[in-house]
Amino acid sequence: MERDTIIIGAGLSGLAAGIRLAYYDREVTVLERHTTIGGLNSFYRLRNRNYDVGLHAVTNYAPHGTKTGPLSKLLRQLRMRWDDFNLSPQKGSAVAFQGRKLRFNNDFAFLEQEIASTFPAQIDNFRKLVDVIAEHDPLRLDRKEASARAVLGSHISDPLLIDMLLCPLMFYGSATPRDMDFSQFVIMFRSIFLEGFGRPLEGIRKILKNLVKRFKSLGGELRLRAGVKSIHVTGNRATAVELDSGEVIEAKNIVSSAGSYETLKLCGSRPDEIDMRRFQPGDISFCETLFTLNRTPAELGINETVLFYNDTPEFHYENPADPVDLRSGIICSPNNFEYDRPMDEGMVRITALANSDYWFNLPQDKYEEQKAYWCDEIVRSALGYIPDFRDAVVDTDMFTPRTIRKFTGHVNGCVYGAPNKLVDGRTHLHNLFLCGTDQGFLGIIGSMLSGITIANYHLLK
Amino acid sequence: MNEGQIRQVIIDILERIAPDEDLSELDDAVPFREQMELDSMDFLDIVMELRKQYRIQIPEEDYEHLVTMNSTVTYLTPLLKDVESPA
Ligand SMILES: Cc1cc2nc3c(=O)[nH]c(=O)nc-3n(C[C@H](O)[C@H](O)[C@H](O)COP(=O)(O)OP(=O)(O)OC[C@H]3O[C@@H](n4cnc5c(N)ncnc54)[C@H](O)[C@@H]3O)c2cc1C
Repeated sequence: MERDTIIIGAGLSGLAAGIRLAYYDREVTVLERHTTIGGLNSFYRLRNRNYDVGLHAVTNYAPHGTKTGPLSKLLRQLRMRWDDFNLSPQKGSAVAFQGRKLRFNNDFAFLEQEIASTFPAQIDNFRKLVDVIAEHDPLRLDRKEASARAVLGSHISDPLLIDMLLCPLMFYGSATPRDMDFSQFVIMFRSIFLEGFGRPLEGIRKILKNLVKRFKSLGGELRLRAGVKSIHVTGNRATAVELDSGEVIEAKNIVSSAGSYETLKLCGSRPDEIDMRRFQPGDISFCETLFTLNRTPAELGINETVLFYNDTPEFHYENPADPVDLRSGIICSPNNFEYDRPMDEGMVRITALANSDYWFNLPQDKYEEQKAYWCDEIVRSALGYIPDFRDAVVDTDMFTPRTIRKFTGHVNGCVYGAPNKLVDGRTHLHNLFLCGTDQGFLGIIGSMLSGITIANYHLLK
Repeated sequence: MNEGQIRQVIIDILERIAPDEDLSELDDAVPFREQMELDSMDFLDIVMELRKQYRIQIPEEDYEHLVTMNSTVTYLTPLLKDVESPA
């Protein structure tokens, strides 16, 4: 039986695209290789505890009743209510570089004050930059590339402030090392500094479960353990997908959230037939350590929601030469949001850049040993910025680029996808489209908007 | 459908698009854009909802008629006059 649209991947972008199509009565099937939904932002249970894979904070926070901005746009498009995500705002976050600290929360004026007091010579320059950001439309599908560092450098003359502004935006959304595209910078600046962080008390489960409920209630079909082995191609059209099991499903259209390079490989295209530069995979990945605590982070003196740190004169955002880059990282305390009631247990997560090849090539017995070693090292590097919490740890988990590749299929265990975004979602085939990370909108809210935009633009118009 | 019924059809669509919105205070003479901050994505949705429910096609050059409740109802009246009201 031919389906109207097949979506590859039940991550946030695939589910959001599925909801749009199912709402307008399309016969749509979402195929997911893994045993569960969520992709890069999934959840799991380990030793009787619930964990989120990725969620630190949902960016683009907006309080209930907000009519503008990405979150309200998203909810309208999905016909969902604010309560379906039920985000509680953050308590407050910070960027700490070698003794200097910039705090920020969901009120932009606070960051401005912080800059005025920490970098008094730069505050006017910063305000000019904010004006430029306000005027820039990063969502045009025909946007032009520009270096964020170049634009920042033309307004701000202190390289430390430039690095401190870039650090959270890169950590939470740059597919390119060292610099980012200015449009991507604007998207991330708005989503983190102007809008801010929120989190549902129940974590990403809350959002994913409501997305699936919505999708199924509209008649959408979701199949887990249904990996796509290949996409059948005739001329310049995709005609069907073949599953790992050998089953073939025909479809009029295919939307893939597997990644641009990954999708190309599913088509079995010969490299000489295609402009490979457009589909070059990225190489930025992370290790993440998770600690369940017998006290709240606040009781241990950890008060920030998210703390971005760096202890070298310059911030290095790139695939590191070492297995893990211990010079910088992200410390996230999921308890430090303004929930109505407290979380069951205390939790701290620390994330650092990691070298994918190193983690891929370790033999299994060495892998476990190296994880344990680097987990301790990551904590040691973070202890320069937060009180020692090790006595309070009751359970630990850690994942690496190898884990990300295993569960999401992204080559290089890449979190933010390919450096070259295919913003209009088109591929070399007429009826095969990309959504998600490699289309260009990323993060939790971004990837859902990506799915929506691609469904609207190519399949519903 | 008469004008009152068409107005209700639009209200139902707006309620689905923005379930958190209170529409009881909607002013029929003021643009939706100003009252509800609807953007081009939302207008496209109104058009798609009408297509889904009543099989009517609204060409892009006619979107300008969908500015306020009054202008929308005026525009839709001839298109929907022979259609049964859903209620
Ligand atoms: C450690 C970590 C922390 C993060 N923290 C945050 C955060 O705090 N805030 C935030 O906003 N964002 C965060 N992100 C980013 C965010 O999770 C991603 O941007 C977003 O989930 C991407 O969604 P997607 O749909 O584009 O891709 P994916 O989630 O990767 O979806 C693709 C799906 O396709 C499936 N798939 C791939 N190939 C096939 C195939 N051949 N057949 C069938 N299925 C296939 C995969 O299994 C996957 O489920 C984090 C990510 C990570 C990894």
